[in-house]
Amino acid sequence: MPEETVAQFHIRSVQVLSEDETVDDELVPDLSDDELLTVYEQMKRSRRLDERAIALQRRGELGTYAPAIGQEAAQVGTAFALGEDDWLVPSFREQPALLVHGTAPDAVLQYAKGMEEGAEIPDGEGALPPAIPVGSQPLHAAGIGWGEALQDRENVAITYFGDGATSEGDVYEAMNFAGVYDAQTVFVCQNNRYAISTGIEKQTNTETFAQKAIAAGIDCVQVDGNDVLGVYRVAREAVEKARSGEPVLIEALTYRRSMHTTSDDPSAYRESEEESEWEARDPILRFQRYLEDRGILDEETKGAIAERIEEELASAIDEANERREELDPADMFRHVYQDLPPELERQLAAFEAEKGGEGE
Amino acid sequence: MSERLRMVEAVRDTLGAELARDDDVVVYGEDVGEAGGVFRATQGLIDDYPDRVFDTPVAEAGIVGAGVGLAATGMRPVAEIQFQSFLYQGFHQLAQHVARMRSRTRGTITCPMTIRTPYGGGIHALELHSESFEAGFAHIPGLKVVFPSSPAETKGLLTSSIRSPDPVIFMEPTRLYRSFREEVPDDHEIPLGEARVVEPGEDITVVAWGSMLRETLDAVDDIDASVEVIDPRTLYPLDTETIVDSVKKTGRCAIVHEAPKTAGMAGEIIARLNEEAFLYLEAPIERVTGYDVPMPMFAREDDYLPDADRIEAGIRDVLEFG
Ligand SMILES: Cc1ncc(C[n+]2csc(CCOP(=O)(O)OP(=O)(O)O)c2C)c(N)n1
Repeated sequence: MPEETVAQFHIRSVQVLSEDETVDDELVPDLSDDELLTVYEQMKRSRRLDERAIALQRRGELGTYAPAIGQEAAQVGTAFALGEDDWLVPSFREQPALLVHGTAPDAVLQYAKGMEEGAEIPDGEGALPPAIPVGSQPLHAAGIGWGEALQDRENVAITYFGDGATSEGDVYEAMNFAGVYDAQTVFVCQNNRYAISTGIEKQTNTETFAQKAIAAGIDCVQVDGNDVLGVYRVAREAVEKARSGEPVLIEALTYRRSMHTTSDDPSAYRESEEESEWEARDPILRFQRYLEDRGILDEETKGAIAERIEEELASAIDEANERREELDPADMFRHVYQDLPPELERQLAAFEAEKGGEGE
Repeated sequence: MSERLRMVEAVRDTLGAELARDDDVVVYGEDVGEAGGVFRATQGLIDDYPDRVFDTPVAEAGIVGAGVGLAATGMRPVAEIQFQSFLYQGFHQLAQHVARMRSRTRGTITCPMTIRTPYGGGIHALELHSESFEAGFAHIPGLKVVFPSSPAETKGLLTSSIRSPDPVIFMEPTRLYRSFREEVPDDHEIPLGEARVVEPGEDITVVAWGSMLRETLDAVDDIDASVEVIDPRTLYPLDTETIVDSVKKTGRCAIVHEAPKTAGMAGEIIARLNEEAFLYLEAPIERVTGYDVPMPMFAREDDYLPDADRIEAGIRDVLEFG
């Protein structure tokens, strides 16, 4: 047999709203002014939550916290394409997507206060708790997308992970499962250029992260992750495809503008000039200018949005503090099994006796 | 020559010394290069050894599995797994290959690899950053499981681990990384498999390792009895003789660990005492351990972890028996 090419691939990359504010009119998604303002408010909402959380952590009121500052377009743009009954399968930096999909900010804060209560999923909310082990949760999204298909339902699962996560075998396994079982799953790789200190050039030899889908035989697209209109455009397409059993990987090109977590000091591994460069490319700024230029966003609206956000955050912080005050340590025994096994019962009794003794 | 170092500095010092001594040593793991590790345990090493210190992709199966191959070529892999629970991502490589290569090939291919990993609670870390799975590692034939409890111990035990012909899981207690300084000798080797009698005593033997040793020493301070404190230092191989001899002398024993109680290492130690010192016992052996619950997030971790008060109460129960 003569030599021949048996497979080829190309990677599509999409941008709708460019950095210099030019808009691709053919690609611009069909969103009403109200919807555009909602997208904007959601981005601001998450940004303020992160800022407040960092400040609270510095005051010792929260534990380690992973801000999503700079990644709001990548997350809000994708999560905004979901329906209410769709599933969100996050890693640990998904505040923007969580807020859009209905998680209350006080749940985020409780989790950051080291309370399991923050990972309780309210009735009717299609979400899994944060996944700390990098790259572990896309398999859950593959399973959800598969399970929904098996039960002839239309819901999709969307899962978020980073550039670093693609190095974990689990992420490939997830995309491959999704491909084999026509799972109703959208994979979102936020290429924020860093895995803690490790830059993307050390993470992989591939030119894009999108092409990681090729080996699994599922569809993929790259998008400017700081362009919320572009992100929404590709996400809506991906969600539609996934609903019909065609899983998709989206690579969103973005930048982690802040520290990896509040325990991290980026000056150990990157230049502040690089950070300033990306500050100018901030996704919220770009979208804000777009809305202002079109007369959709004025000062008054901005003020009203800011007020709503601050009010909501203030009560979320109060709520989280109250729940912390009420925390029952013995709860750690009560959710391990449906019925408390005898050995745990004994351990709980000893624990309570000891705690009771302390007060005497 | 010796220096007063913190534990995390003793790790770095040892890695530097072994990189200098042996060209086959390679140090690698997530963020260990440019950033010097998330705890700064490898800070500066990449500057001195740019060809033998590597930032890896985020892939623990890769880190552990590639070690098998590196070792097969004659190198001495010294890998860092950023937090102990992420070694689960490399568990199949560990249990199926690292631990078994020597026996499967009847000693023709070996895996002299050291896997360093921070473990344990007490620093208010994120979920899944505070586990202590030593019993699981000790249960895998072929691995050695090593626990330093001070800067000088770190130097001696890590040096021996890196030089060991067999694979070692080296468990570094995060909460001791920066908690105190100690004189750390140069060129210090502590044989793997030898316990240390930290404090001699006559009335009771207390066994504790890693960060729990510090809590135990605090607890013992408040007890008006002669307590012998033993740090096994390696849980596999375990220095049964030192523990048995001590219990034959004291007749009483308590064992402390922060891992959950069921199937924890205390059970194994009790079984050995049952085999070799049963007739010397004057009281049931007490376990002061974590509970059979997933290591809680930090709002509840102080309630989960054995502290000096709980350890003291456990020791008193044994002393007052009979
Ligand atoms: C399995 C696993 N290994 C290591 C870690 C420690 N860790 C936390 S985040 C991170 C980097 C992840 O990078 P990336 O996937 O790009 O996501 P990002 O943090 O940039 O959002 C590492 C190594 C972890 N949490 N889980």
